Amino acid sequence: MINHIDLSSVLRRTVCDLYSDLVTRPTGAAVRNGIERQLAELGERTLTVIDFSHVGLLDYSCADEIVAKLLMRYTRAAATDAAAAPTAADAADAADAPDQSPRDAYFLFRGVSESHLDAIETVLDRQALAIVAQAANGAVMLVGRVDDSERRAWEVMYRLGRAVPAELAREAGVDVPQATELLDGLCRRRLAMRFDEGYVAVGGTT
Amino acid sequence: MTEVLNLPPSLDDRTFENLLELLANVPPDAKVILNARHTRWASPFGLTALLTLAQSRAEPPVLYEPEAEETAHYWARTGFFTHAATLFELHGQVPRVHVSGESDVLLEITPVSGSEDVHDVVSRIQKKSQQILVKELALDAKATMGFAMTLSEACQNIVEHAGRGGWVAVQTYRWQKRLGRRVVVIAVCDAGVGFRQSLESAPGRHLSDRWDDGMALEEAVMRGVSRFRDSGRGQGLAGIRRYIGRWDGKLSVRSGTARIAIIPSWDDDVPLLKDLSPFPGTQMQITIPERIADR
Repeated sequence: MINHIDLSSVLRRTVCDLYSDLVTRPTGAAVRNGIERQLAELGERTLTVIDFSHVGLLDYSCADEIVAKLLMRYTRAAATDAAAAPTAADAADAADAPDQSPRDAYFLFRGVSESHLDAIETVLDRQALAIVAQAANGAVMLVGRVDDSERRAWEVMYRLGRAVPAELAREAGVDVPQATELLDGLCRRRLAMRFDEGYVAVGGTT
Repeated sequence: MTEVLNLPPSLDDRTFENLLELLANVPPDAKVILNARHTRWASPFGLTALLTLAQSRAEPPVLYEPEAEETAHYWARTGFFTHAATLFELHGQVPRVHVSGESDVLLEITPVSGSEDVHDVVSRIQKKSQQILVKELALDAKATMGFAMTLSEACQNIVEHAGRGGWVAVQTYRWQKRLGRRVVVIAVCDAGVGFRQSLESAPGRHLSDRWDDGMALEEAVMRGVSRFRDSGRGQGLAGIRRYIGRWDGKLSVRSGTARIAIIPSWDDDVPLLKDLSPFPGTQMQITIPERIADR
Protein backbone atom coordinates (compact mmCIF):
# COMPACT_ATOMS: atom_id res chain seq x y z
CA MET A 1 0.00 0.00 0.00
CA ILE A 2 1.40 3.41 -0.98
CA ASN A 3 0.50 6.34 1.25
CA HIS A 4 1.03 10.02 0.61
CA ILE A 5 1.90 12.55 3.27
CA ASP A 6 2.06 16.20 2.27
CA LEU A 7 4.53 17.80 4.69
CA SER A 8 3.12 21.30 4.33
CA SER A 9 -0.31 19.97 5.39
CA VAL A 10 1.22 18.20 8.38
CA LEU A 11 3.06 21.41 9.26
CA ARG A 12 -0.11 23.46 9.12
CA ARG A 13 -2.11 20.87 11.04
CA THR A 14 0.40 20.18 13.78
CA VAL A 15 2.20 23.51 14.25
CA CYS A 16 0.61 26.59 12.68
CA ASP A 17 -1.62 27.03 9.65
CA LEU A 18 0.34 30.12 8.59
CA TYR A 19 3.73 28.43 8.27
CA SER A 20 5.22 27.14 5.05
CA ASP A 21 8.85 26.76 6.14
CA LEU A 22 10.19 23.78 8.01
CA VAL A 23 12.49 25.50 10.46
CA THR A 24 13.40 24.92 14.12
CA ARG A 25 13.75 21.69 16.02
CA PRO A 26 10.42 21.88 17.87
CA THR A 27 8.65 22.31 14.53
CA GLY A 28 10.51 19.33 13.08
CA ALA A 29 9.69 17.18 16.09
CA ALA A 30 6.01 18.12 15.90
CA VAL A 31 5.87 17.31 12.19
CA ARG A 32 7.64 13.97 12.69
CA ASN A 33 5.18 13.06 15.44
CA GLY A 34 2.37 13.96 13.04
CA ILE A 35 3.86 11.65 10.41
CA GLU A 36 4.30 8.84 12.92
CA ARG A 37 0.71 9.18 14.06
CA GLN A 38 -0.44 8.82 10.46
CA LEU A 39 1.83 5.83 9.96
CA ALA A 40 0.50 4.23 13.14
CA GLU A 41 -2.94 4.07 11.55
CA LEU A 42 -1.62 2.17 8.57
CA GLY A 43 -0.78 -1.47 8.06
CA GLU A 44 2.15 -3.51 9.18
CA ARG A 45 4.11 -2.85 5.99
CA THR A 46 3.93 0.56 4.32
CA LEU A 47 5.55 2.60 1.58
CA THR A 48 4.96 6.29 2.22
CA VAL A 49 5.63 9.20 -0.09
CA ILE A 50 6.78 12.13 2.04
CA ASP A 51 6.05 15.13 -0.14
CA PHE A 52 8.19 18.26 0.16
CA SER A 53 6.64 19.95 -2.91
CA HIS A 54 4.91 22.73 -0.97
CA VAL A 55 7.62 23.24 1.62
CA GLY A 56 9.57 26.50 1.38
CA LEU A 57 12.69 26.37 3.48
CA LEU A 58 14.06 23.33 5.27
CA ASP A 59 16.78 23.99 7.82
CA TYR A 60 19.26 21.51 9.32
CA SER A 61 17.39 21.15 12.60
CA CYS A 62 14.15 20.29 10.88
CA ALA A 63 15.86 17.98 8.39
CA ASP A 64 17.41 16.12 11.32
CA GLU A 65 14.09 15.80 13.13
CA ILE A 66 11.94 14.92 10.14
CA VAL A 67 14.17 12.93 7.82
CA ALA A 68 17.02 11.51 9.90
CA LYS A 69 15.10 10.70 13.06
CA LEU A 70 12.15 9.24 11.17
CA LEU A 71 14.45 7.02 9.20
CA MET A 72 16.56 6.06 12.20
CA ARG A 73 13.50 4.77 13.98
CA TYR A 74 12.59 2.36 11.20
CA THR A 75 16.10 1.35 10.19
CA ARG A 76 16.78 0.58 13.84
CA ALA A 77 13.57 -1.41 14.04
CA ALA A 78 14.66 -3.39 10.97
CA ALA A 79 18.13 -3.96 12.40
CA THR A 80 16.60 -5.07 15.71
CA ASP A 81 14.30 -7.49 13.91
CA ALA A 82 17.31 -8.91 12.12
CA ALA A 83 19.58 -9.07 15.17
CA ALA A 84 17.07 -9.78 17.98
CA ALA A 85 17.71 -7.96 21.31
CA PRO A 86 16.52 -4.33 21.43
CA THR A 87 18.91 -1.63 22.63
CA ALA A 88 18.29 0.95 25.36
CA ALA A 89 17.80 3.56 22.63
CA ASP A 90 15.10 1.39 21.03
CA ALA A 91 13.33 1.12 24.36
CA ALA A 92 13.48 4.92 24.82
CA ASP A 93 12.14 5.50 21.32
CA ALA A 94 9.40 2.95 21.80
CA ALA A 95 8.27 4.80 24.91
CA ASP A 96 7.89 8.05 22.90
CA ALA A 97 6.48 6.54 19.78
CA PRO A 98 2.80 6.24 18.95
CA ASP A 99 1.41 2.75 19.53
CA GLN A 100 1.15 0.19 16.76
CA SER A 101 3.70 1.84 14.48
CA PRO A 102 4.39 -0.21 11.39
CA ARG A 103 7.53 -2.23 11.89
CA ASP A 104 8.23 -2.30 8.19
CA ALA A 105 7.98 1.26 6.88
CA TYR A 106 9.65 2.54 3.71
CA PHE A 107 9.81 6.10 2.44
CA LEU A 108 10.16 7.96 -0.84
CA PHE A 109 10.92 11.65 -0.39
CA ARG A 110 9.24 13.54 -3.22
CA GLY A 111 9.44 17.17 -4.41
CA VAL A 112 12.87 17.62 -2.91
CA SER A 113 14.46 20.85 -4.14
CA GLU A 114 18.16 21.66 -4.33
CA SER A 115 18.01 23.68 -1.13
CA HIS A 116 16.13 20.90 0.70
CA LEU A 117 18.81 18.48 -0.50
CA ASP A 118 21.53 20.59 1.07
CA ALA A 119 20.04 20.15 4.54
CA ILE A 120 18.95 16.55 3.99
CA GLU A 121 22.32 15.34 2.69
CA THR A 122 24.08 16.95 5.63
CA VAL A 123 21.97 15.30 8.31
CA LEU A 124 21.97 11.93 6.56
CA ASP A 125 25.73 11.98 6.27
CA ARG A 126 26.07 12.77 9.97
CA GLN A 127 23.95 9.74 10.90
CA ALA A 128 25.28 7.46 8.10
CA LEU A 129 21.79 7.16 6.61
CA ALA A 130 20.44 7.26 3.08
CA ILE A 131 17.08 7.88 1.44
CA VAL A 132 15.49 7.62 -1.95
CA ALA A 133 14.51 11.09 -3.15
CA GLN A 134 12.52 12.21 -6.15
CA ALA A 135 13.21 15.67 -7.53
CA ALA A 136 10.54 17.95 -8.98
CA ASN A 137 11.45 16.71 -12.49
CA GLY A 138 10.71 13.13 -11.48
CA ALA A 139 14.33 11.96 -11.31
CA VAL A 140 14.83 9.37 -8.56
CA MET A 141 18.14 9.25 -6.71
CA LEU A 142 19.87 7.91 -3.66
CA VAL A 143 20.82 10.65 -1.21
CA GLY A 144 23.06 10.29 1.82
CA ARG A 145 25.76 7.85 2.72
CA VAL A 146 25.82 4.90 0.36
CA ASP A 147 28.88 2.92 -0.66
CA ASP A 148 29.64 2.01 -4.26
CA SER A 149 28.42 -1.59 -4.06
CA GLU A 150 25.14 -0.55 -2.44
CA ARG A 151 24.62 2.14 -5.06
CA ARG A 152 25.34 -0.30 -7.90
CA ALA A 153 22.96 -2.87 -6.42
CA TRP A 154 20.20 -0.32 -5.97
CA GLU A 155 20.63 0.99 -9.53
CA VAL A 156 20.49 -2.50 -11.01
CA MET A 157 17.36 -3.24 -9.01
CA TYR A 158 15.79 0.08 -10.07
CA ARG A 159 16.55 -0.67 -13.71
CA LEU A 160 15.26 -4.23 -13.60
CA GLY A 161 12.10 -3.31 -11.66
CA ARG A 162 12.35 -6.45 -9.56
CA ALA A 163 15.45 -8.49 -8.93
CA VAL A 164 16.41 -11.77 -7.34
CA PRO A 165 19.93 -12.25 -5.97
CA ALA A 166 21.02 -14.30 -8.97
CA GLU A 167 20.08 -11.49 -11.36
CA LEU A 168 21.85 -8.89 -9.30
CA ALA A 169 24.90 -11.14 -9.03
CA ARG A 170 25.01 -11.43 -12.80
CA GLU A 171 24.44 -7.73 -13.48
CA ALA A 172 26.76 -6.41 -10.76
CA GLY A 173 29.51 -8.98 -11.13
CA VAL A 174 29.34 -10.37 -7.61
CA ASP A 175 28.55 -13.86 -6.31
CA VAL A 176 25.04 -14.78 -5.19
CA PRO A 177 25.67 -14.73 -1.40
CA GLN A 178 27.21 -11.29 -1.78
CA ALA A 179 24.22 -10.13 -3.81
CA THR A 180 21.82 -11.49 -1.19
CA GLU A 181 23.74 -9.71 1.54
CA LEU A 182 23.68 -6.45 -0.41
CA LEU A 183 19.95 -6.66 -1.07
CA ASP A 184 19.12 -7.53 2.54
CA GLY A 185 21.30 -4.62 3.66
CA LEU A 186 19.43 -2.25 1.35
CA CYS A 187 16.15 -3.51 2.81
CA ARG A 188 17.37 -2.85 6.35
CA ARG A 189 18.38 0.65 5.27
CA ARG A 190 14.83 1.15 3.88
CA LEU A 191 16.15 1.60 0.33
CA ALA A 192 14.63 -1.58 -1.04
CA MET A 193 11.67 -3.84 -0.24
CA ARG A 194 11.60 -7.59 -0.29
CA PHE A 195 8.69 -9.46 -1.84
CA ASP A 196 9.05 -13.23 -1.35
CA GLU A 197 12.30 -14.06 -3.14
CA GLY A 198 12.45 -10.82 -5.13
CA TYR A 199 13.59 -7.32 -4.22
CA VAL A 200 12.28 -3.97 -5.46
CA ALA A 201 14.03 -0.61 -5.20
CA VAL A 202 12.09 2.01 -3.27
CA GLY A 203 11.20 4.60 -5.90
CA GLY A 204 11.00 1.97 -8.57
CA THR A 205 7.49 1.05 -7.51
CA THR A 206 5.72 4.41 -7.68
CA MET B 1 27.35 55.44 42.04
CA THR B 2 26.94 56.47 38.40
CA GLU B 3 29.42 55.82 35.61
CA VAL B 4 29.39 57.61 32.28
CA LEU B 5 30.66 55.58 29.35
CA ASN B 6 31.14 57.25 26.01
CA LEU B 7 30.21 55.20 23.00
CA PRO B 8 32.69 55.35 20.10
CA PRO B 9 31.91 57.34 16.96
CA SER B 10 31.59 54.05 15.09
CA LEU B 11 29.98 51.24 17.08
CA ASP B 12 30.69 47.78 15.69
CA ASP B 13 32.00 44.41 16.91
CA ARG B 14 35.53 45.77 17.34
CA THR B 15 34.73 49.01 19.11
CA PHE B 16 32.13 47.29 21.28
CA GLU B 17 35.10 45.55 22.92
CA ASN B 18 36.38 48.97 24.04
CA LEU B 19 33.03 49.66 25.62
CA LEU B 20 33.14 46.32 27.44
CA GLU B 21 36.64 47.11 28.72
CA LEU B 22 35.27 50.30 30.26
CA LEU B 23 32.28 48.43 31.62
CA ALA B 24 34.49 45.80 33.25
CA ASN B 25 35.58 48.39 35.83
CA VAL B 26 32.01 49.26 36.74
CA PRO B 27 30.30 47.36 39.57
CA PRO B 28 27.35 45.27 38.29
CA ASP B 29 24.78 47.20 40.30
CA ALA B 30 26.13 50.66 39.45
CA LYS B 31 24.06 53.04 37.37
CA VAL B 32 25.52 53.38 33.90
CA ILE B 33 25.04 56.25 31.49
CA LEU B 34 25.85 55.34 27.92
CA ASN B 35 26.60 58.44 25.95
CA ALA B 36 25.97 57.94 22.24
CA ARG B 37 25.70 61.65 21.44
CA HIS B 38 28.81 61.59 19.27
CA THR B 39 28.21 58.21 17.71
CA ARG B 40 27.77 58.57 13.96
CA TRP B 41 27.42 55.00 12.83
CA ALA B 42 26.50 51.60 14.29
CA SER B 43 26.53 48.14 12.76
CA PRO B 44 23.72 45.62 13.39
CA PHE B 45 26.11 43.99 15.85
CA GLY B 46 26.66 47.27 17.67
CA LEU B 47 22.96 47.93 18.06
CA THR B 48 21.90 44.42 19.07
CA ALA B 49 24.86 44.12 21.45
CA LEU B 50 23.86 47.44 23.01
CA LEU B 51 20.43 45.99 23.76
CA THR B 52 21.98 42.90 25.34
CA LEU B 53 24.26 45.13 27.39
CA ALA B 54 21.17 46.80 28.82
CA GLN B 55 19.62 43.38 29.46
CA SER B 56 22.67 42.35 31.42
CA ARG B 57 22.58 45.28 33.87
CA ALA B 58 20.83 45.11 37.22
CA GLU B 59 19.52 48.63 36.74
CA PRO B 60 18.35 50.00 33.39
CA PRO B 61 21.15 52.16 31.92
CA VAL B 62 20.59 55.66 30.68
CA LEU B 63 21.19 56.14 26.97
CA TYR B 64 21.90 59.54 25.49
CA GLU B 65 20.82 59.23 21.88
CA PRO B 66 22.99 60.23 18.92
CA GLU B 67 22.90 63.92 18.15
CA ALA B 68 23.43 63.48 14.44
CA GLU B 69 20.00 63.45 12.86
CA GLU B 70 20.97 60.96 10.20
CA THR B 71 22.33 58.53 12.79
CA ALA B 72 19.28 58.83 15.02
CA HIS B 73 17.04 58.27 12.00
CA TYR B 74 18.95 55.18 11.03
CA TRP B 75 18.77 53.77 14.56
CA ALA B 76 15.04 54.45 14.51
CA ARG B 77 14.66 52.73 11.12
CA THR B 78 16.30 49.60 12.53
CA GLY B 79 13.71 49.52 15.30
CA PHE B 80 16.40 50.07 17.91
CA PHE B 81 14.55 52.71 19.90
CA THR B 82 11.37 50.64 20.07
CA HIS B 83 13.23 47.90 21.96
CA ALA B 84 15.59 50.27 23.75
CA ALA B 85 12.61 52.05 25.31
CA THR B 86 11.92 48.95 27.40
CA LEU B 87 15.55 48.46 28.47
CA PHE B 88 17.09 51.93 28.79
CA GLU B 89 16.12 55.29 30.17
CA LEU B 90 16.25 57.13 26.87
CA HIS B 91 17.39 60.72 26.75
CA GLY B 92 16.84 62.61 23.53
CA GLN B 93 14.23 62.98 20.84
CA VAL B 94 13.39 59.70 19.13
CA PRO B 95 12.83 60.52 15.47
CA ARG B 96 9.66 59.41 13.78
CA VAL B 97 10.48 57.33 10.75
CA HIS B 98 8.66 55.81 7.88
CA VAL B 99 10.12 52.43 7.00
CA SER B 100 10.59 52.39 3.26
CA GLY B 101 10.59 49.21 1.23
CA GLU B 102 13.95 50.19 -0.23
CA SER B 103 15.71 50.40 3.10
CA ASP B 104 19.14 48.82 3.56
CA VAL B 105 17.73 47.27 6.71
CA LEU B 106 16.88 43.77 5.57
CA LEU B 107 15.54 42.77 8.94
CA GLU B 108 14.79 45.30 11.63
CA ILE B 109 16.05 44.45 15.11
CA THR B 110 13.78 41.61 16.13
CA PRO B 111 13.48 39.90 19.49
CA VAL B 112 13.99 36.14 19.45
CA SER B 113 12.96 33.95 22.33
CA GLY B 114 10.93 31.08 20.89
CA SER B 115 10.53 28.86 17.86
CA GLU B 116 7.70 31.05 16.52
CA ASP B 117 10.07 34.04 16.40
CA VAL B 118 12.43 32.06 14.17
CA HIS B 119 9.55 31.24 11.82
CA ASP B 120 8.67 34.93 11.68
CA VAL B 121 12.27 35.99 11.00
CA VAL B 122 12.75 33.40 8.26
CA SER B 123 9.50 34.30 6.57
CA ARG B 124 10.31 38.03 6.60
CA ILE B 125 13.89 37.67 5.40
CA GLN B 126 12.99 35.51 2.42
CA LYS B 127 10.68 38.18 1.09
CA LYS B 128 13.33 40.89 1.22
CA SER B 129 16.64 39.13 0.74
CA GLN B 130 16.44 37.65 -2.73
CA GLN B 131 16.67 40.91 -4.63
CA ILE B 132 19.47 42.29 -2.50
CA LEU B 133 21.58 39.12 -2.41
CA VAL B 134 21.29 38.46 -6.11
CA LYS B 135 21.20 41.97 -7.58
CA GLU B 136 23.29 43.98 -5.17
CA LEU B 137 25.71 41.39 -3.85
CA ALA B 138 25.90 39.41 -7.11
CA LEU B 139 25.39 36.14 -5.26
CA ASP B 140 23.93 33.09 -6.94
CA ALA B 141 20.15 32.69 -6.52
CA LYS B 142 21.00 29.53 -4.57
CA ALA B 143 22.51 31.72 -1.88
CA THR B 144 19.11 33.05 -0.84
CA MET B 145 17.76 29.85 0.69
CA GLY B 146 21.08 29.15 2.38
CA PHE B 147 21.04 32.65 3.79
CA ALA B 148 17.65 32.08 5.38
CA MET B 149 18.82 28.68 6.70
CA THR B 150 21.88 30.34 8.21
CA LEU B 151 19.73 32.96 9.84
CA SER B 152 17.37 30.31 11.17
CA GLU B 153 20.17 28.27 12.74
CA ALA B 154 21.82 31.36 14.23
CA CYS B 155 18.53 32.41 15.85
CA GLN B 156 17.90 28.90 17.12
CA ASN B 157 21.12 29.13 19.05
CA ILE B 158 19.32 31.63 21.26
CA VAL B 159 16.18 29.53 21.57
CA GLU B 160 18.05 26.32 22.37
CA HIS B 161 20.96 27.51 24.49
CA ALA B 162 20.69 31.06 25.78
CA GLY B 163 18.06 30.54 28.43
CA ARG B 164 16.66 34.01 27.73
CA GLY B 165 15.62 36.04 24.72
CA GLY B 166 17.98 37.82 22.37
CA TRP B 167 17.98 39.95 19.25
CA VAL B 168 18.64 39.56 15.57
CA ALA B 169 19.17 42.16 12.85
CA VAL B 170 20.22 41.99 9.22
CA GLN B 171 21.52 44.84 7.15
CA THR B 172 23.36 45.46 3.95
CA TYR B 173 25.81 48.30 3.48
CA ARG B 174 28.94 49.33 1.63
CA TRP B 175 32.01 48.43 3.63
CA GLN B 176 34.15 51.02 1.98
CA LYS B 177 37.08 51.25 4.36
CA ARG B 178 37.73 47.60 5.12
CA LEU B 179 36.64 45.92 1.95
CA GLY B 180 35.47 48.36 -0.71
CA ARG B 181 32.45 46.20 -1.37
CA ARG B 182 28.89 45.81 -0.25
CA VAL B 183 28.23 43.29 2.49
CA VAL B 184 25.23 41.78 4.15
CA VAL B 185 25.59 41.35 7.89
CA ILE B 186 23.63 39.20 10.31
CA ALA B 187 23.99 39.98 14.00
CA VAL B 188 22.50 37.69 16.63
CA CYS B 189 23.12 38.65 20.24
CA ASP B 190 21.87 37.43 23.57
CA ALA B 191 22.78 37.95 27.20
CA GLY B 192 22.06 34.35 28.18
CA VAL B 193 24.26 31.65 29.65
CA GLY B 194 26.85 31.52 26.86
CA PHE B 195 28.57 28.50 25.33
CA ARG B 196 30.70 27.51 28.31
CA GLN B 197 27.84 27.19 30.74
CA SER B 198 25.63 25.59 28.11
CA LEU B 199 28.21 22.86 27.41
CA GLU B 200 28.92 22.40 31.11
CA SER B 201 25.28 21.50 31.60
CA ALA B 202 25.71 18.37 29.45
CA PRO B 203 25.19 15.34 31.68
CA GLY B 204 28.40 13.50 32.55
CA ARG B 205 30.61 16.03 30.82
CA HIS B 206 34.28 15.85 31.82
CA LEU B 207 35.96 19.26 31.99
CA SER B 208 39.67 19.46 31.33
CA ASP B 209 42.08 21.74 33.19
CA ARG B 210 42.20 23.95 30.11
CA TRP B 211 38.43 24.38 30.04
CA ASP B 212 37.44 28.01 29.51
CA ASP B 213 35.29 30.18 27.25
CA GLY B 214 37.77 29.83 24.38
CA MET B 215 37.75 26.07 24.52
CA ALA B 216 33.96 26.03 24.77
CA LEU B 217 33.79 28.15 21.61
CA GLU B 218 36.23 25.87 19.80
CA GLU B 219 34.17 22.82 20.74
CA ALA B 220 30.82 24.31 19.78
CA VAL B 221 31.75 26.34 16.70
CA MET B 222 34.55 24.27 15.18
CA ARG B 223 33.65 20.75 16.29
CA GLY B 224 29.86 20.97 16.52
CA VAL B 225 29.72 19.80 20.13
CA SER B 226 26.39 20.36 21.83
CA ARG B 227 25.11 20.00 25.38
CA PHE B 228 22.61 17.43 24.11
CA ARG B 229 23.51 13.76 23.82
CA ASP B 230 21.47 13.47 20.65
CA SER B 231 23.96 12.83 17.84
CA GLY B 232 21.90 14.98 15.48
CA ARG B 233 22.62 18.11 17.49
CA GLY B 234 25.32 20.65 16.71
CA GLN B 235 24.64 20.72 12.98
CA GLY B 236 23.38 24.29 12.90
CA LEU B 237 26.74 25.93 13.48
CA ALA B 238 28.35 23.45 11.10
CA GLY B 239 25.80 24.52 8.49
CA ILE B 240 26.61 28.18 9.11
CA ARG B 241 30.32 27.41 8.68
CA ARG B 242 29.65 25.69 5.37
CA TYR B 243 27.54 28.59 4.13
CA ILE B 244 30.09 31.25 4.93
CA GLY B 245 32.80 29.04 3.40
CA ARG B 246 30.81 28.75 0.19
CA TRP B 247 30.25 32.49 -0.13
CA ASP B 248 33.61 33.70 1.20
CA GLY B 249 32.00 35.07 4.32
CA LYS B 250 33.14 35.63 7.85
CA LEU B 251 31.76 34.24 11.11
CA SER B 252 32.67 35.54 14.53
CA VAL B 253 31.23 34.33 17.81
CA ARG B 254 31.90 35.97 21.14
CA SER B 255 30.94 34.32 24.39
CA GLY B 256 32.04 35.10 27.93
CA THR B 257 35.66 36.22 27.72
CA ALA B 258 36.55 34.76 24.32
CA ARG B 259 35.86 35.28 20.67
CA ILE B 260 36.38 32.87 17.81
CA ALA B 261 36.33 33.75 14.14
CA ILE B 262 36.43 32.01 10.81
CA ILE B 263 38.31 34.45 8.70
CA PRO B 264 38.23 34.80 4.92
CA SER B 265 41.20 36.04 2.93
CA TRP B 266 39.81 39.57 2.75
CA ASP B 267 39.93 40.07 6.53
CA ASP B 268 42.80 40.32 8.99
CA ASP B 269 41.02 39.31 12.18
CA VAL B 270 42.45 36.93 14.78
CA PRO B 271 41.04 33.36 14.88
CA LEU B 272 40.77 33.12 18.66
CA LEU B 273 40.90 35.87 21.26
CA LYS B 274 40.93 35.00 24.95
CA ASP B 275 40.88 37.01 28.17
CA LEU B 276 38.53 39.63 26.81
CA SER B 277 36.37 41.63 29.17
CA PRO B 278 33.57 39.42 30.44
CA PHE B 279 30.15 39.77 28.89
CA PRO B 280 27.22 37.39 29.34
CA GLY B 281 25.66 35.35 26.57
CA THR B 282 26.70 34.88 22.97
CA GLN B 283 27.14 37.46 20.23
CA MET B 284 27.40 36.23 16.70
CA GLN B 285 28.15 38.10 13.50
CA ILE B 286 27.99 36.71 9.99
CA THR B 287 29.27 38.81 7.10
CA ILE B 288 28.74 37.87 3.46
CA PRO B 289 30.51 40.11 0.94
CA GLU B 290 29.51 41.13 -2.52
CA ARG B 291 30.87 38.69 -5.05
CA ILE B 292 33.33 40.19 -7.48
CA ALA B 293 34.80 37.20 -9.32
CA ASP B 294 31.93 36.90 -11.80
CA ARG B 295 31.60 40.59 -12.49
